[in-house]
Amino acid sequence: MSRAAAPRGRTSLAPSVAFTVLALILSVGAYVIAGFGKRGQLPATFALYVTIFAAGYAGALVVTRAFAPRADPALFPTAAVLVGLGFAMIFRLSGGLAAEQATWIIVGLLAYALTLIIVRDARMLDAYTYTIGLLGLLLLLLPVAPGIGRTINGARLWVQIGPIGFQPAEIGKVLVVIFLASYLTQKRELLQVATARIGPFRLPPAKHLGPVLLAWGASLAILFLQKDLGASLLYFGIFVVMLWVATGRAAYLVIGLILFMIGAYAGWLLFDHVQLRVDIWLHALDPGKVFAQGFGQLAQAEFGMASGGIVGTGLGQGSPGLIPFASTDFIFAAIGEELGLLGTTAVLLLILVLVGKGLRVALHAPDGFSTLLAVGLSTLVALQAFVIIGGVTRIIPLTGVTLPFVSYGGSSLVSNFVLLGLLVRVSSGPMAPRERSRRLGLFERAEAERVGGSERVGEA
Amino acid sequence: MDRQIRKLGIALLVLFLIAFAQVNYIQVFAADRIAEDPANAQRQLIAEYKIDRGSILAADGTTVLASSRKSPGALRFQRRYPHGELYAHETGFYSFVFGRTELEQSYNDFLTGDAAELLPQTLTDLVLGRPKQGATIVTTLVPEIQEAAATAAQAEAGDVAIAAIDPATGDVLALVSEPTYDPNPLASQDPEVVRDSWDELNADPEKPLLSRSSDELFPPGSTFKLVTASAALENGFGPESLWPNPNELDLPLTDATIENFGGSTCSGGSQITLADALRQSCNVVFGAVGLELGADKLAAQARAYGFTAEAGEDLVPFDIPWTSGVFPAPETFEGRDPAVAISAIGQQDVAANPLQMALVAGAIANDGVEMQPRLVTEARDPSGRVIAEFQPQEFSQPLSPENSAALTQMMVGVVEAGTGTAAQIPGVTVAGKTGTAQHGEGENPHAWFVCFAPAEAPRIAVAVIVLDGGSLGSEATGGQVAAPIAKAVLEAGLGA
Repeated sequence: MSRAAAPRGRTSLAPSVAFTVLALILSVGAYVIAGFGKRGQLPATFALYVTIFAAGYAGALVVTRAFAPRADPALFPTAAVLVGLGFAMIFRLSGGLAAEQATWIIVGLLAYALTLIIVRDARMLDAYTYTIGLLGLLLLLLPVAPGIGRTINGARLWVQIGPIGFQPAEIGKVLVVIFLASYLTQKRELLQVATARIGPFRLPPAKHLGPVLLAWGASLAILFLQKDLGASLLYFGIFVVMLWVATGRAAYLVIGLILFMIGAYAGWLLFDHVQLRVDIWLHALDPGKVFAQGFGQLAQAEFGMASGGIVGTGLGQGSPGLIPFASTDFIFAAIGEELGLLGTTAVLLLILVLVGKGLRVALHAPDGFSTLLAVGLSTLVALQAFVIIGGVTRIIPLTGVTLPFVSYGGSSLVSNFVLLGLLVRVSSGPMAPRERSRRLGLFERAEAERVGGSERVGEA
Repeated sequence: MDRQIRKLGIALLVLFLIAFAQVNYIQVFAADRIAEDPANAQRQLIAEYKIDRGSILAADGTTVLASSRKSPGALRFQRRYPHGELYAHETGFYSFVFGRTELEQSYNDFLTGDAAELLPQTLTDLVLGRPKQGATIVTTLVPEIQEAAATAAQAEAGDVAIAAIDPATGDVLALVSEPTYDPNPLASQDPEVVRDSWDELNADPEKPLLSRSSDELFPPGSTFKLVTASAALENGFGPESLWPNPNELDLPLTDATIENFGGSTCSGGSQITLADALRQSCNVVFGAVGLELGADKLAAQARAYGFTAEAGEDLVPFDIPWTSGVFPAPETFEGRDPAVAISAIGQQDVAANPLQMALVAGAIANDGVEMQPRLVTEARDPSGRVIAEFQPQEFSQPLSPENSAALTQMMVGVVEAGTGTAAQIPGVTVAGKTGTAQHGEGENPHAWFVCFAPAEAPRIAVAVIVLDGGSLGSEATGGQVAAPIAKAVLEAGLGA
């Protein structure tokens, strides 16, 4: 397997600053327009929120330059535009929610900075394979625990400890991806060996199939215990994709797909709420059905997006308040109503850029673990975005997950910022140990700049 | 792993392309169909309530019949009707729950600013970020006449409906129906208030939401003799043509007879003129006129005045939904000669309302030319510029100018020395016709009066109906109950 040399040397400052400033302008601009659309004047919270965005993005830029100097300059700004767009939409829906989201943006940016500061080298994480795996599993299953688990909106996703409520699965997802990257890096050679043949596919020995079945079982457990269709689909999808990327065996994709179909069919047979979801998906706009229990939210989402048309009603000019969960699961529809096809296309493109950048990071990562980590994190963002966008637009049955970086919600936003921090870390490569750079001194730095510079020209 | 990563990239790209295609489908290709789903009415209404909806003004251009003002509630603008009940049947209401009616509905495009004439204004508002402003529409209703009509109607204990038009233009000067309703609660932003008001109005046995002056139909009784007389004149029977004057008319094929009002014999001998018969409202004579002319000619004359063969066919266009008068198709009279005679005196199969009868009077007053009723003259943009003018339109010519002059003189006779003396106005020549319409065994008759003035150069035509005889009950006649109300409206019209 050929591997590109790890990029070295600082990327030039200009693109980072330019992209970050652009992200700031877009975020603040959308928010100000939402303010005018809502009340016809500059929002009263203008100074506060502009300060938060300006200081937050500038701070993130400084930390990125200091701790991940070779990072891809577009990664953070792309996510920042999504965050800003989401914030403007949330502000437009509710000033109170916006205040909370602003707080979570601050916490998220701190989490991003801490991730870069603490994780100096992505390979650090490779050392704690099973600790991280267990922790991830624990977080995923925490809501099921009696006493602290809470069922909200039909899914058991919340944990309440004292006054603090959160969705542990959000950060759990990131930990699971780290675990899988680490585990698969260690086991990939074993899993690549094919002994048995089934039709055109060569399969690894049965004992190595164990993990696939285990992951499938875990996904089903999530579906059964937490009634969370979306998360179940997401985990299994990520696992299969990472397994396939790690081993290069298409057989895993086929087996995964078959297992998924069995699981989905079983879920449909066993659970009324899964059947209802499918029914809503197929018949959301049928006459007479629109006012039936459960159908209204998807119908309202379609109405909103259709009313928005190509250019949208303008921020503050539509009625996204009619869409249930407009600030969380359905924020894509709310954006569609007020910013139109232009807005939804922008969201799709931004996520695509983020995911594409993430995969590019994977291609350029210096080691197998980092590569798989970047693949997993990118796939997580892509699949989660597709699950909710596809659900809202009726490509697939709706399952409630947040739209990464855009939706309202603390757990989701903070986890996504941690995820972004890890991607930025991988893209920048490990921090050079200080004593090493001091010892080798000028020579290495000069060489790094020469090599890095020539390599990076095309990208900046 | 690189190969897989590249394939993964392509797979995810395809996934997002599918999403992009679907978003295009929802927001572009199927957008209109989805957005116009009836279940999306709420969103459409919220959007509409963001518009600074145009006002509805009286003919003077200053009296406000309906306007919008900023509201602190969830909906940005609140519709209000400063005169409450007075113009309710013309403006209609604008309700968040029950939609729009009357002018609020029929001129919605102008009021919301969606009419093509308003496009430059709408684009300016859009660019400047101002709320969209609708056009103001100016009606033909004259506050003095409308108020006088409403006052006169309220003074009468029974239900009253009045229509007043300008014969030369068809302008509706007043349109009043008692009982009426207040549209303000229906335009409330509180759904509870709206529903309570709606339930109350619909449960009311008086049916205040219905306009008796233009929505409902009643037998026109003797006022329909104007149509029968028109047919006689147009078919060569002059005002001085002589007709037999027995005390009752034997109807062919039956034992039934037609009697004059109260069973009396009209004065003037064994033969009387058509003019004399109209002055005294002789049923016996007009029944005979009807039989002489036949169903074809009567129906053709009624059609020329705007009566339709069946209720609900809109023959005469109007700015708000209305029901024109009904005179059945001639073939329905085949083998039913008695029905022809009875229809000629405005009973049985014939039906009308004050607006229809005002149109008849207006045509007689306007040299035989019937104008379409007009309720709206122009639309103005928010800066006051006139963006659309609605010209008077001729509907038909039911009478020659000579015959209209003759019929006018016959109607002057009714008021000077006939059944309609109660409508006399000192110094003004009034032309009129009374009617006392039976409508069912044991029911008190409807009292009618149809008139215009001044007879030499008519400026206003009025039709009044007092339902079920009003305060006089079974003793009521059009001359006693309806004529004084019509007189009050004429006076207001001539003074205005």
